[in-house]
Amino acid sequence: MAALAQSSGVSDRSDGNIRIRVARKVFPAVGARVDQVVLRDVAFEVEPRSFLVMTGPSGCGKSTLLNIIAGLDRDFDGDIDLGPGRDRLTYIFQSPRLLPWRTVEENIALALPDGDPRHGKIAEMLDRVGLSPSANAYPERLSLGMQRRVALARGFILEPAILLMDEPFVSLDDPTAHSLRQLLMDLWRQHPTTVIFVTHDRAEAVQLGTRILRLAPGQASVIQDVRVELSPAERADKSAVAAEQARIFQPA
Amino acid sequence: MAPVLTQISSIPRVSNASSGWSKTLERLGWTLGSLLAFVALWHVTAIVLQNKYLPTPVAVFDVLLREAASGDLWHHIGATLARVAVAFVVSMFIGSAIGLALGTFRRADRFFDTWLILFLNLPALVTITLCYIWFGLSEAAAVTAVALNKIPNVAVNMREGARSLSRDLAEMAAVYKFGWWKTLRHVTLPQLAPFFAGSARSGLALVWKIVLVVEAFGRSSGVGYRLNIAFQEFDVTTILAYALGFIIIVQIIEFTILQPLQARVNAWRR
Repeated sequence: MAALAQSSGVSDRSDGNIRIRVARKVFPAVGARVDQVVLRDVAFEVEPRSFLVMTGPSGCGKSTLLNIIAGLDRDFDGDIDLGPGRDRLTYIFQSPRLLPWRTVEENIALALPDGDPRHGKIAEMLDRVGLSPSANAYPERLSLGMQRRVALARGFILEPAILLMDEPFVSLDDPTAHSLRQLLMDLWRQHPTTVIFVTHDRAEAVQLGTRILRLAPGQASVIQDVRVELSPAERADKSAVAAEQARIFQPA
Repeated sequence: MAPVLTQISSIPRVSNASSGWSKTLERLGWTLGSLLAFVALWHVTAIVLQNKYLPTPVAVFDVLLREAASGDLWHHIGATLARVAVAFVVSMFIGSAIGLALGTFRRADRFFDTWLILFLNLPALVTITLCYIWFGLSEAAAVTAVALNKIPNVAVNMREGARSLSRDLAEMAAVYKFGWWKTLRHVTLPQLAPFFAGSARSGLALVWKIVLVVEAFGRSSGVGYRLNIAFQEFDVTTILAYALGFIIIVQIIEFTILQPLQARVNAWRR
């Protein structure tokens, strides 16, 4: 009871920031291997409507951190305060995680509660992500790029306050990944929301993020926290992105 | 004692909705051709051997028509099908419940796995005789005996299904706040459907074979009972006629209910 009162008191702060603090996250020993510390002393805040990109080498605990933020993994030391948007969180996973036995349209509709007025907006959303012709197709008959568009549509139809994304454009060819990034930026501008985006692709991080958090390999902790100084126009410009990338990721 | 019913098992699976009419016709042609060849071989053998224990297909067909006209055939097949239906539903229900529980709860699985293996290896004949001895020669005992034979199979199948449930999709359902009913209907049950369909098809095949044995042992109606009488009279023609009638009914169920159901369940597959 006391804990409950305290946490609701904390989230009544006026800034609405998301506060993340993970003191320690351990994967328990399996077989001959010993306990593995994946995250140690990771703490940061995220301002509302900012686009935070977490980047770092594979296996540094980025996805684990996202799962903790999403509430899927509760076995850690620390605390997560998602602020006023805690009930409107969505998560776009690394694989699209669509229901293969439901059509594209049904997959999106299922994210909404029954009788929600936003059911009327599904057609418009399908149009925006370029999936109108495939509305009645089953996901496995679509390309990976198309499936990821469905996942984006499903995430955005909820008009989330917090959007978590775990390398949602990985293993796509360049043009497809590029057009999906473009689509994400359009959707985000039309519906500004707090995004926490995980990637190991530095160019992608610079192109999308308003802020970049670099995690160290091994027991991940934050090693760099920088703002990305690019205008929307510059983000479409490869050389501007490359220059900013060089500035941010200069060798220590 | 147990009548051996050879099932026509070479029926091609209807899985792809896009396969056209010509393919269906071609398949039908193969089935028909192979059936005709079988009947012809049987006929020639019967004529060559001239043995009263191997009647010609024509004689068998005559008895089949005679039994159908007298109503005996329908009476016995109806009784058998009713038992099959009850035993099937009961064993699918209980077997699924046990299988899902074992697939979900690890400790229960560790403990009951041995029991399951025990029951899996219990011969049908033992269950049947014990059920009749313990519960008397009743309808309930007959159905129980059949269900007890089938439940372990269903449980093993459904346990595999429960174990293979996708954690990714469960997490997705949690994040998108599906709630238990939406999760069950749209996430869990569709994943279990193939295992359920598999148990259902193999289950039906097993159940009606065992039902015949149960009927031969301790019932006074049903195909099994009729076969037992014919056996005592060494009336091979009647045995074959009932076997044939039963195979035809079973294949009709397979084609009109089970296969369309399976095709529908699999419509989303690539």
